Amino acid sequence: MLRNALGKAFRFLGYTVQYGCIAHCAFEYLGGIVVCSGPSMEPTIQNSDIVFSENLSRHFYCIRKGDIVIVKSPNDPKSNICKRVIGLEGDKVCTSNPSDFLKSHSYVPKGHVWLEGDNLRNSTDSRYYGPVPYGLIRGRICLKIWPLNDFGFLRASPNGHRFLDD
Amino acid sequence: MSHPQAPQNKASNAIMAQAQGLGKKYIKAFLKGFFVAVPVTVTFLDRVACVARVEGASMQPSLNPGGRQASDVVLLNHWSIRNYDVQRGDIVSLVPQFNIEKDKITIEIKQVDLSHQIKLLFMKEIRKNKRSPRNPEQKIIKRVIALEGDIIKTIGYKKKYVKVPHGHIWVEGDHHGHSFDSNAFGPVSLGLLHARATHILWPPHRWQKLEPVLPPERKPLHREQE
Repeated sequence: MLRNALGKAFRFLGYTVQYGCIAHCAFEYLGGIVVCSGPSMEPTIQNSDIVFSENLSRHFYCIRKGDIVIVKSPNDPKSNICKRVIGLEGDKVCTSNPSDFLKSHSYVPKGHVWLEGDNLRNSTDSRYYGPVPYGLIRGRICLKIWPLNDFGFLRASPNGHRFLDD
Repeated sequence: MSHPQAPQNKASNAIMAQAQGLGKKYIKAFLKGFFVAVPVTVTFLDRVACVARVEGASMQPSLNPGGRQASDVVLLNHWSIRNYDVQRGDIVSLVPQFNIEKDKITIEIKQVDLSHQIKLLFMKEIRKNKRSPRNPEQKIIKRVIALEGDIIKTIGYKKKYVKVPHGHIWVEGDHHGHSFDSNAFGPVSLGLLHARATHILWPPHRWQKLEPVLPPERKPLHREQE
């Protein structure tokens, strides 16, 4: 009787560990479903939209300009932020606000990316904390799932003029 | 003609079927074991602990005291830093900040003409030995000198005194002047933290626990109240 119960408990524990590990691998290497909050990516992603993020492009180093990525916040490793990649290493980026009279430019250092929110007036991003190391990128957002009427791939940046071609 | 053979055929068919059943059973068992073992191993290595070889002289004399030939094997503990708690003096491994050069290197090697094969091998060797964070999977191993809010006197950084910003740490190699550390690239974000080195496992005579030691001359000038 006791043996039976013990066996059941161990089996249950084994299955828990197994599925936990599978879940970890999936979230770490494949991707997951993320709820976004905050106004910084409006109008592309509204507050409390649900999106699907994939982690493969981070592992294969194929993050490109214009992708929306989930990044560990450089100032607080426990929280994640969601921004658009404006420049990769070596690119020239505009570091000033759109309302500023004088424009200032700088180059993104090696191994870093330049991130900006789509809502330029209400976004804390690289203009505030500088370029972000590539190693902090967690995943790339590829699909919007909720709300359903907006299901599909994400729209291009409304601030196309922020991408500087060189 | 076919009548006498029938029972034999049946028997052999039965044996075949049995063998097929056994094969299926083994494949099933193997697949099941595979799908359990791989995720469990990967998760363990990612979340709990893993083992890594240390290359380079930047952490002498704590690690690799024997110079070029020796390379220590250390145990990297992921579990103890799951909440990003590190102390001053801990030896930690970090994801390097300069790491998107993988593609460029392979292309360069491919472009070299076949007649220069020896040169090519030589180049490959050099690239391997550079032990800078060019390989994206490679981690750097350094000692934590200051935590967020501390003020530190730097060695050769662009500013003489630095206040470590929120969510960042200051890391240095023990071998000053031979180490590519915060004195070159500035404070490091805690999000790049990979693991904490807790033990030296190999070679056997160097088996020891790594205690947090802060070099006395590298004490922060001002500590944030904890």
